Amino acid sequence: MKQGQQGGWYIFLSFLAGLLLTSIPLPGWLEVLRPEWMVMALIYWCLALPSRVSVGYGWIAGLFLDVARDSLLGQHALAMSVVAYLTITLHQRIRNFPVGQQAGVVFGLVAAYFFIIAWVMGISDHAPNFSGILMASIMTAVLWPPVFHALRFLRRHFHIR
Amino acid sequence: MAPLYNQDDECNREDPAVKQLFLQGPSVNTRLLLVSVLSVSLMVLDHRFHHADNLRSALSVLIYPFRYLMNVPSDVGGWATDTFRTRRGMQDELDTLRTQNELLRADLQRLTFLQTENLHLRSLLDSSKRIGQKVLIAEILTVDLDPYKRQLLLSKGERDGVYVGQPLIDARGIMGQVKTVTPFTSTALLITDPSHALPVMINRNGMRAIAEGTGQENRLSLPHIPNNADVQVGDLLLTSGLGCVFPAGYPVGEISEITTDPSLPFAQIIAKPSARLNHNREVLLVWPEQTHTASATGPNPCQQYQQAEQTP
Repeated sequence: MKQGQQGGWYIFLSFLAGLLLTSIPLPGWLEVLRPEWMVMALIYWCLALPSRVSVGYGWIAGLFLDVARDSLLGQHALAMSVVAYLTITLHQRIRNFPVGQQAGVVFGLVAAYFFIIAWVMGISDHAPNFSGILMASIMTAVLWPPVFHALRFLRRHFHIR
Repeated sequence: MAPLYNQDDECNREDPAVKQLFLQGPSVNTRLLLVSVLSVSLMVLDHRFHHADNLRSALSVLIYPFRYLMNVPSDVGGWATDTFRTRRGMQDELDTLRTQNELLRADLQRLTFLQTENLHLRSLLDSSKRIGQKVLIAEILTVDLDPYKRQLLLSKGERDGVYVGQPLIDARGIMGQVKTVTPFTSTALLITDPSHALPVMINRNGMRAIAEGTGQENRLSLPHIPNNADVQVGDLLLTSGLGCVFPAGYPVGEISEITTDPSLPFAQIIAKPSARLNHNREVLLVWPEQTHTASATGPNPCQQYQQAEQTP
């Protein structure tokens, strides 16, 4: 571990919680509203610790998402890496936004994420329906403020850096 | 107004701030390029050549404990409903089950007789004998792993002898087939998945058709049936056994609507699956009857077909 870094376990645990929330069984009507928890965790850590959590984390997390959803191996990995890349490139700007405005950016990032997934699915299988993607993106943006505050509390409380 | 995101707060002052400002190691562009190449090659390997199965199995074993963990809430819910039941309710259910059991037993008596008769007739015809099927109960761990597909995660895997293409049924009919197998779990594709199709026949007149999934709950479509074909609402669809994946004679669904539009070449026929695709906690994995052949007839056509498939 590099000097000055600590709390790696908590980062790992937050991704794990994201994976659990992503795959926990829900009744049908709630299923449509399931946000992309893993993407939210990734965006937060890329914003907070860009020198630590970056494209590599995104890729590994995406690979697990692929296995959990039994999709084509590499599909979510690619989408997550692109989200990490975009967040890292823009992190100086996004950090200074109020949380509400950040939610707007998160909506854009999730849209990019779904764009890649839909693209890959369109090539390999059949393209997903648009309304499902839209609902999931909106839910992710709506849930961004609470997730952001929860993860910030986690980071401050355990001095993760 | 939401509080501003405090930059000082994010960049720890104890840490050299410069290190936070300028990312270290290979640049993000390089990393993204590397990772994209990796992802694309993985996808090609997985999609075209199925070479990534080992990696998938290894990773799925890693997350296997969590799959059980996330099932805990619904298990506890089920346990609670079972424990805190009224005596009255349980007695009622017991009565229904008793009656049902009696009725089923009565049917079973005839079945034994018919089975013996069937075996006897088959031996007279010198054709292959059907031996009892092996069935295994698997628990559903997760439904809808991917929101755009119709699939289930099952609690039985390679260790239990599950194989790719294995049929899956419930008490009422065909549910789907196994798509991927990992050491402890397997994924099954439901018959309503848009990428699934299975050969069926209409029980009333023996007409063959294909039942395709539509991606919607409880809807199968039967394409390429002419407008004047003898199909009626309420007709029962059975598996025809063609294609050698599903054993013949299991109920698949019931025709629920027929639209004939003279301007279209084919009728639009929708069927409702017999299996309760989204009400089950447990499903049955079937090992289709091992047909053992009488010496004169040679190998079973299904086995021949499968061998031919495997040796191109």
